[in-house]
Amino acid sequence: MISEAMVELSRWQFAVTSMYHFIFVPLTLGLSWMVFIMELIYVRTGNVLYKDMTRFWGKLFGINFAIGVATGITMEFEFGTNWSNYSHYVGDIFGAPLAIEGLLAFFLESTFIGLFFTGWNRFSKKGHLTVTFLTALGSNLSAMWILIANGWMQYPEFAQFSPEKMRMEMVDFFGLVTSPVAQVKFAHTVCSGYITAACFIIGISAFFMLKKRHLLLAKRSMTVAIAFCLCGMGGSALTGDLSALQVTEHQPAKLAAMEAEFETQEPPAAWNLLALPSQDNLDNYISIRIPALLGLIATHSLDTPVKGLRDIVAENEVRVSNGAAALNALNKMRAGEATDEDKAVFAEHQDDLGYGLLLTTYARDISNPTAGEIKTAAHESIPPVFISFVSFRAMMTMVGLIGILTLAAAFFLWYKRDLVERDKFLKVLICIIPLPFIACEFGWILAEVGRQPWAIQDILPTVLATSSLTAVDVGLSLLCFIGIYSLFLFIELTLMYKAVQKGPEISSADAHGGVYA
Amino acid sequence: MLDYETLQAIWWVLIGLLLIGFAVTNGMDMAVSVLLFPLCGGNRAERSAVISTIVPHWDGNQVWLITAGGAIFAAWPEVYAASFSGLYWAMLLVLFAIWLRPLAFDYRNHGESERWYRNWDLALTVGSFVPMLIFGVAFGNLLQGLPFWADDNMRWHYEGYFLSALLPLLNPFALLCGLVSVLMLLTQGSLWIQLRTVDAIACRARKFTLICGLATVVLFLIAGIIAYGLPGWQLDAPAPYGSYNVITDKTVSVIEHGLFANYVRLPVVIIVPVLATLFMLLSVWHSFKGRPGKGIIFSSLGIAFTIITAGAALFPFVMPSSVDPASSLTVWDATSSQFTLNVMLYTVIILLPIALAYTVYAYMRMWGKVSAADSIEH
Repeated sequence: MISEAMVELSRWQFAVTSMYHFIFVPLTLGLSWMVFIMELIYVRTGNVLYKDMTRFWGKLFGINFAIGVATGITMEFEFGTNWSNYSHYVGDIFGAPLAIEGLLAFFLESTFIGLFFTGWNRFSKKGHLTVTFLTALGSNLSAMWILIANGWMQYPEFAQFSPEKMRMEMVDFFGLVTSPVAQVKFAHTVCSGYITAACFIIGISAFFMLKKRHLLLAKRSMTVAIAFCLCGMGGSALTGDLSALQVTEHQPAKLAAMEAEFETQEPPAAWNLLALPSQDNLDNYISIRIPALLGLIATHSLDTPVKGLRDIVAENEVRVSNGAAALNALNKMRAGEATDEDKAVFAEHQDDLGYGLLLTTYARDISNPTAGEIKTAAHESIPPVFISFVSFRAMMTMVGLIGILTLAAAFFLWYKRDLVERDKFLKVLICIIPLPFIACEFGWILAEVGRQPWAIQDILPTVLATSSLTAVDVGLSLLCFIGIYSLFLFIELTLMYKAVQKGPEISSADAHGGVYA
Repeated sequence: MLDYETLQAIWWVLIGLLLIGFAVTNGMDMAVSVLLFPLCGGNRAERSAVISTIVPHWDGNQVWLITAGGAIFAAWPEVYAASFSGLYWAMLLVLFAIWLRPLAFDYRNHGESERWYRNWDLALTVGSFVPMLIFGVAFGNLLQGLPFWADDNMRWHYEGYFLSALLPLLNPFALLCGLVSVLMLLTQGSLWIQLRTVDAIACRARKFTLICGLATVVLFLIAGIIAYGLPGWQLDAPAPYGSYNVITDKTVSVIEHGLFANYVRLPVVIIVPVLATLFMLLSVWHSFKGRPGKGIIFSSLGIAFTIITAGAALFPFVMPSSVDPASSLTVWDATSSQFTLNVMLYTVIILLPIALAYTVYAYMRMWGKVSAADSIEH
């Protein structure tokens, strides 16, 4: 009844809509603070150059924000429209952070962003600065709550299965909110947002410098942005490292997949710089390795082993067969035919229930699964290695390029003081704009593909999380999304380009050093 | 911790409040957007003036929708799952329409040509009209029950797909409810325009208040008469103690002409639709007498009591099923666990008043009449 095509299309639709939404989110997260900093300097120094900067970058912020809001609503709708079994199964715990996100963060952000754009003449300088601050705070708080939700998908503690309701129920709210996985994810995500916004400003300032327009504004903007970018890079590196440690601990399969680590090596494990993995054979065709590095990255030690995928698959085989026992006991309980023995079996193995659910896709008769079916399910219980492996490296490559370009820009701007004359470098520097976007998208691909085949790690398989729709429904809606979103993106980019071409509005020529054309 | 039944009842009220908040605020600015062309036509300066009264607030208002959605997800996960997936295309139509609003509010100011403005203002109109209509239509269908059911694994199913699922929603009674929704919100929106604009625009808005307000009352009463003849659901017995299928093991019967059974059983509740009608009429009266401030208060109350009328008719049902009555969702079995309801109640008690406070502050700071002459396009 639930067709495979529909599941695939649902996954594609969620991937397309969430990745599209995340084009705009990081820019909002970072630009809101950068605009606040510029306005802060204006309020402190009274230099109207910084007011013009605030308004100019604020205008680009607005163009980006509008489409971010529009595409964000999609995400909330989609859990219900396309992932209704997910919503049923975990709504008791997953819905809470989403509701709080609305109450706490969206109200704040959305109420004050209206005042940010329209309240310039209605507030005192400090009053408006407060408005800007609250907008930025609201947008960053919303990231916190949605990442508490996503953190729980990766590390689903704090909840318990209810056989009566056939769903997970929250048992520890404080634990959910303060989950270390969620907090690190939040910090990592906002840091990458800061980098994204900083690079956006660096790139556009470089464009102004190349065209020899608004030079003072471009220099000052770039100074703020480079400082912001370097802070973001530091935070991002730190939280990325913490994140890897947590993945090693809570999602060993994701870590092994992103490093194409099939065999559990003698510690310290070597790191695959490049590899061509084979999912079927659970081995790499070829790999270029650096000794000891993986042990250091994943465990911060030289004597702890890093579990390989083959061992994980072997362990999961046991979990699948235990999970099948739990699921069969549960089914009997729900049918009212359970003996005390069945209840004991369920109590013992309920932590593996998710693996039993995973097996339903591969077993012809779940009450009597064959050894081959259990083997298949275990083999399918690890994420796609190639995508995970490539995504991680793509993300890191982008981060490296951003680091080099930012440092070079800082060197020419602050030390050599001749950045404005270096036309060739400025042309390269403009290309920094897309890099963090690419890094963010690959980061999310890693986070989400690396969790497969689970929607909720070890608890709910993605195939069982969808709504009971048809492939026609989801195929058509996916086409609508792609079509309309493409049009929106085209309009957005055109407006951005026009706004940059038009440049800032200048309230006092003196403040801009008298040099602008 | 409060006991489970009390919490469940409180959450019925809270979700109702959030939906009312959504209709009164976001519904208002949607209606203002729909009135752009009927009121101002091709006069761009006038349209900009009208839009400038809602530009600072529409986004905050829209959060009522987002929060209501989030609260339903957290407190009524089964309703969230069954309704959003069941009403797939209706929800997507609302979504596609709502997208246009944030874009139009910002992007209309980035063009130079008259056509650019007109197109985005049209987008704003469409993006606002569709949700106003569809949410009303959805209520109309809820009152008649929706063709959904739960299977043994508590997975939700819905009859039909694409058009075969979408078109039956557009039945006459549901469309009538949609029309009530549109007219009721237009009354609210036109009162806002009266309050915040001067001269000609305010004058024209007053005519709309009069027509839409009276039409709302007439159609509301007609819908009431038709609804009186509709079947209703009766909860005969909850699932037996110890049942593993809390939702589908309950006993529900469908009663002919039973939709208003609650009003018969507890006649005092009839005061709700009576007040809804009265408030709507008072709103029109105050508008007629040149007091749009009082008018908008009464029209907000009218909207609130119209929504309560529907909710009270269904209670304890939230989402009745027309194909498998036992799968119907009620206040007692559609909810989250006691723990979650409790936690979320505290969160709402703390956070909602704060949000309300700064929302009111934002409205007060941006208050004042605008005219076409001083409209600014930022």
